[in-house]
Amino acid sequence: MKPKSQRLIILFFFLTLLGLSTFLVLKSLEDNIVYFYSPTDINKKILSNEIDLSKRIRIGGLVKENSILKEGKKISFKIHDGIDEILVIYNGILPDLFREEQGIVALGKIENKNFSAIEILAKHDENYMPKEVSDMLKKNGKWKGKLN
Amino acid sequence: MINYLANPNRFLNFIKPIEFSIGVFSFFFIFIGLYLSLFNSPEDYQQGDTVRIMYIHVPFAWFASFLYLSISIASIFFLIWRHPFADIIARSVAPLGLIFSILTILTGSLWGKPMWGTWWVWDARLTSMLILCIFYFAYIGISNAFPRQIDGSKPAAILAIVGMVNLPIIKFSVDWWNTLHQPASIIRFDGPSINQEMLLPLVIMLLGFLFMSIFIILINIKTNLIYKKYQSEIIKLG
Repeated sequence: MKPKSQRLIILFFFLTLLGLSTFLVLKSLEDNIVYFYSPTDINKKILSNEIDLSKRIRIGGLVKENSILKEGKKISFKIHDGIDEILVIYNGILPDLFREEQGIVALGKIENKNFSAIEILAKHDENYMPKEVSDMLKKNGKWKGKLN
Repeated sequence: MINYLANPNRFLNFIKPIEFSIGVFSFFFIFIGLYLSLFNSPEDYQQGDTVRIMYIHVPFAWFASFLYLSISIASIFFLIWRHPFADIIARSVAPLGLIFSILTILTGSLWGKPMWGTWWVWDARLTSMLILCIFYFAYIGISNAFPRQIDGSKPAAILAIVGMVNLPIIKFSVDWWNTLHQPASIIRFDGPSINQEMLLPLVIMLLGFLFMSIFIILINIKTNLIYKKYQSEIIKLG
């Protein structure tokens, strides 16, 4: 065999093994790589006791319509993912993009089945459009609050 | 064609007449693209004027990844066919890719602060982009770590190929895991989710970045060829 083709075969095996091992590492770390859990994930984890209540976690979802309640500086609202929902209690500054049906990510702990947040980030979706277009979509009823 | 151009002298003769026009194209497209994106494109319904950062953030990010891919491919050519010119190309691409990856992260965090409410988070997309940036640093470091430049070529090429696994992770991180970063807007199954008025300046900017990258890489290739010649003269003189 020519050394050239020998090197080619070695490289091919090397790349296959590298890809495979990366895949296995990422697969096994999946739970740590996700930046946040959805309310469905969280409620499932609470039921199966998989969650460490003393540890800070992040949850993400859409702010539910008509669920925002403000009492002084304290604010509570529900976030949902289309299937399940969870109540979030927060005491601090909200990002500008915070509004109903907006995706958000909250950092905090589970307390009495509610989520007590210490930080809230807004998530921006992949849709870019001028204001006129979004107004028109809403008017024509074609607007859909997408997940994520 | 590739075999023909793999000879440095033939390559230099080939690029001599087109080099200037590549520079003109890059200036032209970036000028038009910047004008459109800064003055003649609509505000986003949510982001307002902040959306304009996207017109440079996306080209930086795309070309940071593409340039890394080209380094890896050149490194494969270098390792298997032992062609010294492939090594020269890989070395010439690396500094530009490093700058692009740094600027991707900087422009991204300038956008993230007003939109997300934070400069930086450790989500999969942002972290994998940081890893790309580190791979660029490592590649440049290793390829220049030896007194004789050629001694660093092989380890650097292996490193470049190892870093290739990071590229699909960058691209698909937003689909595989929950991330704070938004999913893809342009390359996706159901077509772009970005309004056409906003897509046009972005496409022009991407074209401008393509020509600019080629232009700068050609300059780097010429510089590296001269440096190589200079080094071999020194070795000859002892």
